[in-house]
Amino acid sequence: MTAHTRTPRPAPVAAPEQRAARRRVPPRRGGRSAALRRNLAAYLFLAGAVVCFALFSWYPIVRGFLLSFQRVTFTGADEWVGWENFQRLFDDPLFATAWRNTGYFTLLALVFGFAAPLLTAVVLNELRHGRAFLRMAVYLPVMLPPIVTMLLWRWIYDPGPGLLNNALEVVRLPPQAWLESENLAMVSLVLVSTWANMGTTTLIYLAALSNIPGELYEAAQLDGASIRRRLWHVTLPQLRFILMITLLLQVLGTMQVFIEPFVLTGGGPDNATVTVLLLLYRYAFVYNDFGLASAMSTVLFLVLGVFAACYLRLTRTRG
Amino acid sequence: MAVKPTDRDPSVRTLIAPGEMTGRTGRWIYRFVLTLTLVGFVLAFLFPLYWMASGALKSSAELARSTPTLLPRSWHPENYGEAWSTLGLDRYFWNTVVLAFGAWAFQLVFAVAAAYALSALRPVLGNVLLGMMLATLMLPVSALLVPTYLTVVDVPLLGVNLINTPFAVWLPACANAFNVFLLKRFFDQIPTELLDSARMDGAGSLRILVSVVLPLSRPVLAVVSIFAIVGVWKDFLWPMLVLPDPARQPITVALNALAADMPVNQLLAGMVMASVPLLVLFLIFQRHIVAGLTAGSLKG
Repeated sequence: MTAHTRTPRPAPVAAPEQRAARRRVPPRRGGRSAALRRNLAAYLFLAGAVVCFALFSWYPIVRGFLLSFQRVTFTGADEWVGWENFQRLFDDPLFATAWRNTGYFTLLALVFGFAAPLLTAVVLNELRHGRAFLRMAVYLPVMLPPIVTMLLWRWIYDPGPGLLNNALEVVRLPPQAWLESENLAMVSLVLVSTWANMGTTTLIYLAALSNIPGELYEAAQLDGASIRRRLWHVTLPQLRFILMITLLLQVLGTMQVFIEPFVLTGGGPDNATVTVLLLLYRYAFVYNDFGLASAMSTVLFLVLGVFAACYLRLTRTRG
Repeated sequence: MAVKPTDRDPSVRTLIAPGEMTGRTGRWIYRFVLTLTLVGFVLAFLFPLYWMASGALKSSAELARSTPTLLPRSWHPENYGEAWSTLGLDRYFWNTVVLAFGAWAFQLVFAVAAAYALSALRPVLGNVLLGMMLATLMLPVSALLVPTYLTVVDVPLLGVNLINTPFAVWLPACANAFNVFLLKRFFDQIPTELLDSARMDGAGSLRILVSVVLPLSRPVLAVVSIFAIVGVWKDFLWPMLVLPDPARQPITVALNALAADMPVNQLLAGMVMASVPLLVLFLIFQRHIVAGLTAGSLKG
């Protein structure tokens, strides 16, 4: 379950390679018994992975769906309760709050987290000095364990001896109640999240920028296009595909935001930072109401499924 | 997948032509942007890390002052030692090491074997299995949190409870389609003739895997290994759920649990110690990590 960290997972875009692989047919010698031996060996090799996938991925997918219509008793067979879990879920006033907050977080994360890495990558790509250092610097926060990032920022946001308010004081700005203010708490979480995750996207953009053929810029320049027009008519169109990919991955990631509110605010102040996953965590592991939590999982699954389907379509139709 | 540096040849043309940067204003603008970027990056990304490491060296009284000091007034490197031994971070640290390396070993063995079978042996229904594995990449992991947890509590067919055992971290980590995908794609590019000639010489499938395929696959094995270790090292929510016994928890879970009761400087020292192995790993294997990030999301 290492993927709980929100580094966007690299995407499978390997259609051409798979097609190439299909051409390779294993040597046929010895007829049927050889084929049998080959299959037997193959399934022996596959056994470990298949058992792990079956137990900890495929089975939980089915179980999770069924659980949302059940009451977990731990003492024997789980009881069927029909739509009761969903009814209780929709009756919880926090359900709507959690979705609103999560949507707000996602939106803010797009505003900060989408523009910042793109701008950074475009600038870094033009610099002729210190590139290796700058690339390392922007990626270092990604390597920190998220819990360290959160504890570090909780300390930086501290209204007393915290670094941030003292920095504001130096430039003569009023101190802020970063995590305690209903208006500012979510923004503070998004800032931390962007700080911690933008390195990945920046490096992906940098790799994409280096694949843009230089002739395109030369041709545009010969046609008299200014730097801004070249950025708009060459760079961005060339990055369009990768921008769509990272956009979808980012939405998928930020909709599952958990550790930021869990450590920094605990969902407060006044439920302003209760997110979908934080609420799901509470249902399951604070109230031990696994049926209710599973209903929530199913709703989350369906919502994110829409984005996942878009993602799949995008990566399939290309090339 | 080629593990190649993303650093392109500096002579390759980018957005701004070299000629546009050589004029007087061009050079001035370039220097201004360069300085701004350097200063901004140091302040934004490196300073918080320095703040953490230097805070761990300060005395408790100095940390409590309302105006923080840029450099520690008095140096207390013993905070690191106290956090390590007195607060028992050494045990949590080793728990993390055991979890990370166990998960790495299981993932590598299972994923390499599966990818080899799917790539070279190509069994009946192999493509169906691969498709089912890849489909899990599209699922939001957090939606599977509850059912996976309940599975670990009572593993079907085996009837065992994995809670508070490292297997609760190791085995679910193996259900990682990205590893299988990356390895299979690499194995697919190994020339069939190599495998065939080894078979002609009488080598069995395992022998071919160990003596022919693996030695050729060092770059991709490095990528998979690094991501496996880093992933488990950083993980927080899952180990917190499946390892409720404090004596078995990794350092990430322990730091969060102890944060409220620890002196701030020792907490910071613990945070530094939890991060240093990953930062060192990154500095050594930077190229592999970047290659792993861009593999798949780019053709390259």
